[in-house]
Amino acid sequence: MQAGRRLASNRHTRLALAVLGIITLLAVVGPWFSPWAFDQLDWQHLALPPGHIAAHWFGTDRLGRDLFVRTLCGVRLSLLISILASLVSLGIGVAWGAVAGFAGARTDEWMMRFVDVLYSLPYLFIVIILTTLFQRGSIGVLLVAIGAVGWLTTARIVRGETLALKRREFIEAARATGLAPAAILVRHIVPNLLGPVAVYATLTIPQMIIFESFLSFLGLGVQEPQASLGNLINVGAQEMQSAPWMLLVPTLFLVTLLICLNLLGDGLRDALDPRER
Amino acid sequence: MLRYALRRIGGLIPTLLVIVTVSFCIVRLAPGGPFDQEQTLTPAVRANLDHLYGLDQPLATQYAHYLGGLLHGDFGPSLSQRDFTVTELIAQGLPVSVTVGLLAILLALVIGIPAGMVAAIWRNQGADHGLTLFAALAVALPSFVTGPLFALVFGLALHWLPVAGWERGAPRYLVLPVLTLALPVAAYLARLTRASLLEVLGSPWIRSARARGLGGTRVLWRHALRPALLPAVSYLGPALAYVVTGSLVVETVFGLPGTGRYLVQGAIDRDYPLVMGMIVVYGTLLLVFNLIADLLYGWLDPRVRHE
Repeated sequence: MQAGRRLASNRHTRLALAVLGIITLLAVVGPWFSPWAFDQLDWQHLALPPGHIAAHWFGTDRLGRDLFVRTLCGVRLSLLISILASLVSLGIGVAWGAVAGFAGARTDEWMMRFVDVLYSLPYLFIVIILTTLFQRGSIGVLLVAIGAVGWLTTARIVRGETLALKRREFIEAARATGLAPAAILVRHIVPNLLGPVAVYATLTIPQMIIFESFLSFLGLGVQEPQASLGNLINVGAQEMQSAPWMLLVPTLFLVTLLICLNLLGDGLRDALDPRER
Repeated sequence: MLRYALRRIGGLIPTLLVIVTVSFCIVRLAPGGPFDQEQTLTPAVRANLDHLYGLDQPLATQYAHYLGGLLHGDFGPSLSQRDFTVTELIAQGLPVSVTVGLLAILLALVIGIPAGMVAAIWRNQGADHGLTLFAALAVALPSFVTGPLFALVFGLALHWLPVAGWERGAPRYLVLPVLTLALPVAAYLARLTRASLLEVLGSPWIRSARARGLGGTRVLWRHALRPALLPAVSYLGPALAYVVTGSLVVETVFGLPGTGRYLVQGAIDRDYPLVMGMIVVYGTLLLVFNLIADLLYGWLDPRVRHE
């Protein structure tokens, strides 16, 4: 609770939260207020600059698709994928780290050695190959591919926390009552891990957004006509000579999103661990 | 020191073998083959193509054959650009990628470390606040955002520099890609250097050096700098990994004829030898660079090598 009050008292954090709230709200409801669909072509207005015609608030792209709607749909998809990917990596990381830390001894050693080896691999290449493993542009594969990167750090953090929890009295008591190790793990260890893990998850969301956009930018993630911030920026970069707004609009949204998430993450870390300041 | 170095070099080979094996498995597990997109192929022609490239043999045989080729420095033929071997393709692109990547790391070191020192020495003053804000921004923004923005501002709006192209590495064409790659690394280095220099300057042995009557500059250069640079040195490995990742983007944005496109296009085309070749080359580069960073660290901090 004290942490919550500290968080609320931070001016930057409040600002970041407000902006994030507005962007999220816009991304969820904004497209409904525009008469256009994200893949609807307006042949009368190809590559229209912003503010020219009332209906296209942010202008249109080369095919006459409304940039306001596409950008907000992109934000929505990027947020959705990054949150889900954080959950995927969290799930794997918590399971792996908790089992390793709780089992201890040889099992722990081998499981963490595996994590170390994966850390040393050029993971980006593995991810790029993973995204092409199955059907290109499938959101499920994208989630698995991005989540596969994030779980390593989560596993390390969770293992450390588990090692500390294992020695506490209430675990001892659970053992004394004859509870099976698996039940102790699920009922007593994992629920107590969720606090620190939730904080770490918030910190990983901007990373996941960058990763998703990066893959989409390279053409390996979200595919046309679906819009994601990454592929919008990619198209915008190709058209920037004649239609700079196509680059600037999605870039502005991505930059704002990332800065706010980073501010929020910093604020959260400070609030939970005031010594770090 | 020599024993430490030899032990670390010996550790490279098994790691490399793991990388080759894991990526070989993943690449081959992918559904679809390199000749799927040529729909006009009759089954007989296809079978012949598979036979020519040894794709009809058991995976274990192919793996052994691939490893055998690697030992001779042979990455095999490219399946999508059939007039070239993978070695030829990589040899064309690698000099471009390595030039841009190494220049970026050098630039990041030259900018980042002094900036961090300045911020630490004039702590909580204007320069510090400005640098900290700038660094936060530069770390948060990915290169596929800064790259196009730089091209837009310095290329299209101000006409100072060319937007894209290579022209055999003419300096004008190098500025924007190198800057784009170097910026986040420099910002991260500046943060690391600032934090660690502040910590070192607050430590008891620096206070005792001051108490012996040594002046501020002398304490800084003789006593504080070396330990303060350790975190920056250990960041060099991750920095290279970042630069390798970023080079995929930078080469796309600025139209450089580097190796980045081979990885993405090779994966899409199921060009097994090309993707494998890229992974082996980049994996080796990363490992060797990490090794250099570790050896440098061991040289700066004797405690590490006697562990």
